[in-house]
Order: sequence, then structure tokens, then C-alpha cells
Amino acid sequence: MVAPALLLFGLFGLVPLVGVAALSVARWDGLGSISWAGLTNWTSVLTDSATWQSLWLTVKVMVVSWLVQTPIALALGLFQAPRGRLRALFAVLFFLPLLLSAVAIGLTWQALLDPSFGIGSTPGLHWLAKPLLGSPELALYTVIFVIAWQFVPFHALLYQAGIRQIPTALYEAAALDGAGPVTRFLHITLPQLKYTLVTSSTLMLVGSLTYFDLIFVLSGGTGGPGTATRVLPLSMYITGFQAHDMGRASAVATLLVVFGLGLSLLTTRLSGFTRMDSQQEGM
Amino acid sequence: MRGIPVTGHLGSPRIRRAVAAAVTLAAAASLAACGSSGPSTTSSSKGLTMWALNDQTILKQSVDAYNKDHPDAKITLRLFANDDYKQKLRVAFGANQAPDLFFSWGGGALNDYVKAGKVDVLNATDVNSDRYTDSVMQSATFDGKVYGVPVNGLAPVVLYYNKKVLSDAGVQPPKTYDDLLAAVKKLKGKGVTPLSLAANSKWPTLMYLEYLLDRTGGSRVFANIASGDAAAWKDPSVTKANQKLQDLAKAGAFGDNASSVSYDQGASTALLYTGKAAMEVMGTWEYANIAKAAPDFLKKGELGYTAFPALTGGAGSPANIVGNPSNFLSLNKSSKHKSDALTYLKDYILNGSQVDAYLAAGSVPPVKGLDSKLAAVSSASDKAWLTFVYDLVDKAPSFQLSWDQALPSDQADPLLTNTDKSFLRQISPADFGVNMSKAGS
Repeated sequence: MVAPALLLFGLFGLVPLVGVAALSVARWDGLGSISWAGLTNWTSVLTDSATWQSLWLTVKVMVVSWLVQTPIALALGLFQAPRGRLRALFAVLFFLPLLLSAVAIGLTWQALLDPSFGIGSTPGLHWLAKPLLGSPELALYTVIFVIAWQFVPFHALLYQAGIRQIPTALYEAAALDGAGPVTRFLHITLPQLKYTLVTSSTLMLVGSLTYFDLIFVLSGGTGGPGTATRVLPLSMYITGFQAHDMGRASAVATLLVVFGLGLSLLTTRLSGFTRMDSQQEGM
Repeated sequence: MRGIPVTGHLGSPRIRRAVAAAVTLAAAASLAACGSSGPSTTSSSKGLTMWALNDQTILKQSVDAYNKDHPDAKITLRLFANDDYKQKLRVAFGANQAPDLFFSWGGGALNDYVKAGKVDVLNATDVNSDRYTDSVMQSATFDGKVYGVPVNGLAPVVLYYNKKVLSDAGVQPPKTYDDLLAAVKKLKGKGVTPLSLAANSKWPTLMYLEYLLDRTGGSRVFANIASGDAAAWKDPSVTKANQKLQDLAKAGAFGDNASSVSYDQGASTALLYTGKAAMEVMGTWEYANIAKAAPDFLKKGELGYTAFPALTGGAGSPANIVGNPSNFLSLNKSSKHKSDALTYLKDYILNGSQVDAYLAAGSVPPVKGLDSKLAAVSSASDKAWLTFVYDLVDKAPSFQLSWDQALPSDQADPLLTNTDKSFLRQISPADFGVNMSKAGS
């Protein structure tokens, strides 16, 4: 049963990975022949301050995204979980951003945030007529906001499902003991959502690490203004497909793979996810 | 990366470009994964393959005409969106699946392919290349050999202005850099953005730097840089040009929002014709964009245009121009249909009916001796525009190809990034040259 999945993963996951690792010690402009480069790509990538700046931006996107998205997604999940027609309607509305492609979202927000013709030109909203995507200080946070707009619905859905799985008996028992809504949330809902939280966080952290398309579109393909939004994946793309330095780009890619793997191992290890303890022992 | 003349009524509107870019970007991943998006030149069929950009509707007509005359050896034309075309072509050449004929911007990017031995030399007699404007052919000539023929209109960068906005502020179209600074002051007082700039896209900012360097130090400075001398970036005139750009920005010439205006969204064009901005420095394709987006504005004769301002005391001729001389078609060295391809290049590219089609679309093809054809254009506003462009190029001692196209592709990104940083005043005027000489060596 696992054979087809294994085949696909091997063909599109592992084989390119090995290829990229090999290219990272080679010189190739995409046109001519591939030649051995030793560790020059690595030393140039690792000693370039631009790499570290990109990595710092990536970490910033990752951490701030988690801080912004988790509480909102959890709150929305809590709201959507109980059955009800109005809640279902809202759930559908909240879900909409997830149905759009990142490129469509990027172009839409770029137009909306245009200081001259976007929402800032609406009477009453002139305070929004700021170069949100154009200011080196604000651009990254604007991008993080749009990313959150796109992905909060997905994580809200995870939490909604997680909450619906919690046996109502737990709440009934707590209510009998006189627990209020806050106590019930802190002592039943949150602990029961532990693995949902881990899943959602892992997806969020590793997803932000490799997040590319929306940032590409929002910054006009350049990671600008200046290099204010040039996260590591975007830097990899520009090095590989605009500057045609495949070797160096592969070194950056390998760096990303290592960070991503390390990160997901770390989150699952720290949270005890791998132990797969039951949350409902004795139920 | 910029699209060259998006011409006239046949040109692609910005929305379509944006959508096309979006769609292709989305599709790029899946296509790249398959790696066989291009037709193979090793196929046994008799026909040729040719790749170009999807806004080249007039060029497409030449293919249709050729196919009509040669039903047994047709050209299969594949059209691509601007943004990913370069990558796609690169991958196709790398995989030996490149088309027989391919579209390019000339300059450093084409030279990459020439140096890799992928492009065939075109003899003047084979493609009748003597009929093209000499300064344009420079962009496809390497080591004295010609590697491409021009296929569409001249695209120098000029200064557009909104006549009404200027006269309301009591400003004459600026003839010199000092005029420009004075105009900026007056226009700011009137509450309009003096110069509309899509700095989010970065390459529009580069146009200023290209002109300011040419005006300050003359065309030789960048000619040295383009010839591979990275130390030439440290020429004092490079610092001066950056200083002048920063002075403009400091004076508020570009308003507060330029850095979030993106060219592909069409906002910088709209600022000009809606009168929110007074002037814009842009390639000649902007005329067609305005004709498309605001035909009334054009009909009322409110669009003015002039050459980029001169610089008093500068070493460069005020008649020098920068921009994109033209796009080019080149022949794949490993093509198996060379004689058919040459027939097409010689007899169907920029022939009489192609030239007429370009003129009708408001674009001047780089062909010598166009005076009589220009005189015959019926629309007065089109005629004035076409004559302006033709004379501008005809009298220009130098026509510098945009730097991001002229330099090898590995320097285009550092160039655009440093230009943006200089514009944002994140680096000093002197840093620009230092950073670029590092990137170029």
C-alpha cells in the first residue's frame, strides 16, 4: 500500500534533494556544463551577510506569524466549533481566503494596499494611504499580515475539528464540579488540543520557513523595498533563476532543508508528539 | 524584467499581463517538474518552432504570413508571459530542447547564450540586416558578429507629462535637471506628486540612474562597465549620478508612496493621466498603455512628452538616450531548419506590412529611411508622437541598452537591489559604485 506513495516521494522528494545537494558543490549557470566547485558555494553563502539577513527575516516571519496566527485561529476555531446555522455561515466566510491561490491573494492585496488607488483612497480610510508595502520598516509586517489572512482559516479549521473531538462528557463533568467557561477552556479545551496545537504549529513554522509565492508577488518579485522582504526561499529563487547561479542557490536550498528538518524534529520532540500518548486515558 | 512595447490596440492590457503572470507563475512549478514544456528540436517534423512573448501580436502576424506561404514547413509559435519567459528559455537551452528561433532583449542575456555557443551568427546578406538602424543592431552584435534581428519598435525612455497639471502649476516642461528640481518644488506646492515612479518594481528607478549617469559622465562610463571592467563602477560620475537621484528623492520629487507603487498594476501610469502626478519617466510603450487606459486623455492632447532633461556642465550629450533599442529574434545553433528560419527572418520580419502595422500601433520599428511612411500617418497626434520617437533615436549619438539587460544576468539582481537601496537612501551615493564593482568582479 505504501509503494505508490513511496515512489512519488522518492521521485519528487528524495531524488531532487540529492540532486540539489550535489549541485551545491558544483558550478552551473543552467546553460553550459556542470563543473566541480568544491566548497566555494558554501563558503560564499555562509560568509555573505545577505544570507544571514535573509535567514533573520525568515525567522522573523516564522515567529511573528506563529504569534499572530495561533491566537486568532484558536479563537475562530472555538467560535466555529459549536453547531449553529449562523456559525456555519461565518465558518464558510472565514474559509474563503483559503480557496484562493497565493498569487491571486498577492495581486489583490497589492492593489488594495496601493496608497493612491487602494483602500486608502476611500473616504474615512485615508489613514491607510501609507506605503505599507513600500516602507522598509513596515513591508515585512504587511507581508506577515497578508500571510495570516491567507492561513488563519486553515488553522482555525484544524482547531475546530480538534475541539469537536473533545468528548462532551468532560465538559459535563466539569460543569457539575462548578467550573466556569474560563476554567473549562484552560483545563479541558487547551490540554485536549495539545496535539492539534503541535500539528498546527509545526505546519506554521515549517511552512513559514519555505514560504515564497505570496512574498514574491507582494514584493514585485524582488524581495524589496531594498531587501526588506527577501526571505531565504526568495533569495534562493533569485540566485538560481534570475542570476542563474545554480550552485549557490543549491547551497541555500540545502541550508533551508536542514533548517526545516531540524525545526520539525525539534517541535515534535519538545512537545512529545512522537510518543503519541493518549489524551483520553481512563475515558 | 520589463515588457517591451506592448503595442497599440493589439497590445495586452495590464490586467491581462497581471493575470497571465499569475497563471504562469502558478503553472510554473508543475511545468518545471515535468521539464518537457518545450517542443524538441530533434523532432522529425519538417516545421520550425519559435518562442516569443504573448504581447507580441504584430510579430505573430508575420508568422501567420509565413505559414500561409509555406504550408509544408510551418512555424509553430509558442507565446509566453513576460515574467517567466527568460527562465523557461534558459531551462530549454540547458536541456537541449530550445526552439529554432527565440525572442530576446539582446545585450548581456543574449551574450550569455552566444558565449555558451547556443546561437548562430547571422550574415548581413542572409537576413538583410543592413536595413536596420545601426545603434539598434549594437545590442545584438558581439565581437563584430550579428546574432539577432530586431522584431519590434524602438523603446527609448522619455519624459511624459500631463500638460494641464504643469500649466496649472505654472511650470514649463523641464529642459535641464535644474529646471526639474525647480518644477518639483512648484508642483509639490500645488499638492501633486511631481514624478510618478513605480519604485516597487525597481527597474523604473534604474531608468533615472541610467540617464543621470549618461548625462553626468557621458556614454563611455557605462560602455566601460558593460565591457567587463567592474572597477569602472567606481568612476566618480557613478557617485554623482546617485547623488542626483537622491537629491531628487530628498526634494520630494517622487512623493511619499513611490516605493509601494508597482508598475504591473498600472498605478504609475494612472497617476499621470488622472493628474495626481505631473510627470513620468518611462519607455515608449507607455504611450500605447495610456492610449489603452485613457483614450480621452490622449485625444484631448493632454499628454506631453520630451527627452530626459539635460544636465548643465555634464559630460554627456543631452541627445543621448537609454532604453530598449528593440527586441530580437535569434537562431538556435543546433537548429535543423536553418534555411527556412533565415527565409523567415529575411522576408517576413519588419517587412513593409509589419512596419505599417507597428506604425499604426504607435510604435516606431528600427528601420532606416522611414520618413515617407511617417509623413503618411493620418492621425495627427500619432504622427507627432511617432516623429518625436523617430527623430529622438535618429539624432542620438548613443542609444544605451537598459543596464539590467546589458549586463550579464548574474549582475542584474545586485544592480536592481542597489538601485532601490540608493533610491531609499539606505546606502550612500558612493556605496552604490563600491557595491556594484564588488558584484561585477
